[in-house]
Amino acid sequence: MIPLKKIITFFLLLICVGLFAQEVKMVTISGGTFVPLYGATTKKPVKVAPFSIDVYPVTNAQYLAFVKKYPDYSRSKMKGLYADKSYLTQWESDFNYGKNNLSNAPITNVSWFAAKKYCECQGKRLPSMDEWEYVAMADEKRSDARTKEEFNRYILSWYEKPKTYSNPVGQTFKNYWGVYDMHGLVWEWTSDFNSIFLSGESRKDKDTDKNLFCGSGSVNATDLMNYAAFMRYAFRGSLKANYTTKNLGFRCAKD
Amino acid sequence: MASFEIQSKPNKMKSKLAQKRKGIFKNRLYFVLVLPIFALFFVFQGCNKKEAVDKDKPISDLSIYNLPSKWTNQNGQNIEMKNLRGKVLVMVMIYTSCKSACPRLVADMRNIESRLPDNVKEHVKLVLVSIDPEVDTPKRLKEFAIANKMDGEHWEFLRSTEENTREFAAVLAVNYKKIAPLEFSHSNIISVFNAEGELAYQQEGLGVNSDETIKKITEEAVKLN
Repeated sequence: MIPLKKIITFFLLLICVGLFAQEVKMVTISGGTFVPLYGATTKKPVKVAPFSIDVYPVTNAQYLAFVKKYPDYSRSKMKGLYADKSYLTQWESDFNYGKNNLSNAPITNVSWFAAKKYCECQGKRLPSMDEWEYVAMADEKRSDARTKEEFNRYILSWYEKPKTYSNPVGQTFKNYWGVYDMHGLVWEWTSDFNSIFLSGESRKDKDTDKNLFCGSGSVNATDLMNYAAFMRYAFRGSLKANYTTKNLGFRCAKD
Repeated sequence: MASFEIQSKPNKMKSKLAQKRKGIFKNRLYFVLVLPIFALFFVFQGCNKKEAVDKDKPISDLSIYNLPSKWTNQNGQNIEMKNLRGKVLVMVMIYTSCKSACPRLVADMRNIESRLPDNVKEHVKLVLVSIDPEVDTPKRLKEFAIANKMDGEHWEFLRSTEENTREFAAVLAVNYKKIAPLEFSHSNIISVFNAEGELAYQQEGLGVNSDETIKKITEEAVKLN
């Protein structure tokens, strides 16, 4: 009787540990206001309510668990409405990310629909663009490091680095909030990526454009910071919800 | 013995039949009640036959009828996109308090509608989806429809939750952003979907020539004749 009890306890413990390991680490971001670098029509600060965000982007292993549970989102079953042809192309097959992809590398080649669904199935949601940018303006020490030249140079040097998407998560710096990989690994989907206007529909964004394109002569921290942000917003502005690319992943957030 | 048995069987059968018949006569009243219902059912089946056949076909991969979101129209009716299956859809995203671009977009929609011949129009639904569900209640959408003379049965005004709206915009590749209360920036795109809900054509811009859009709508509608 006693050995059986011991065995049961052992297995229960094992299951608990297993469940705990499955639990994705999130941190709480206290609310606040900030002036986004791009997309704000007036220079009025945007309010961000407190929320939680995943410490790391979603990985191959985590995404595999998701498609196993929701086979409609596997590579061969995925509906064309929700993702283009390159959805999960880097994987070996429907339920195998293959030897060339690390289990703890960020999942990429996922569409906005897929990312959104993944988060919903975890009881979470995608972060909004303002939330994402709010977390991303922090360096190791400050909640807003945008005016630091070093910080901006770091971000911009990543934009030039190829293939960072195959690196494991958690190898870049841990920021003020305890969040990793906001810069230096992959680009990330946001819930309202499709609220950007760079094609002249929103005339009020014009002066930001002018600042960006006229500032190229003298490069100071503000120009670098504008340029880095402009790259992100321009990238988001170029996306459609069914697009998938190998340097675009995501993480989830929660109220 | 054998012959007796053979004779007795039909006799038994006869009496059973008679019993059954009696039963039927007893239930005559029941029949009188049930038959019309059956008849009605068949009549309905007959009416819906063409559509029913179409609707048995699985929804294609690229169809917006895969979207599970629920919407409310200007008459307060709850619908899903797939309820519009079988019609060519002309869709646009607007908000009713809009002062700048939307009136022109709405005018473009009305212009398209007015140029469709009747035999095409009967297969077409013109759908205006609100990007401001908070303000655009069904009542408000109805008033807007009436004020803009878009109250016919082929006009559909829809609204849903903010999240569903964002998703639907993503499907149409429409970008929008709330820039102030009662003010949004948004893409000016009119989309044409075939009867199976697959994107057939998109017209971008304001007050542009709608010839190509009308051509596409007609092509898709003719397939349904």
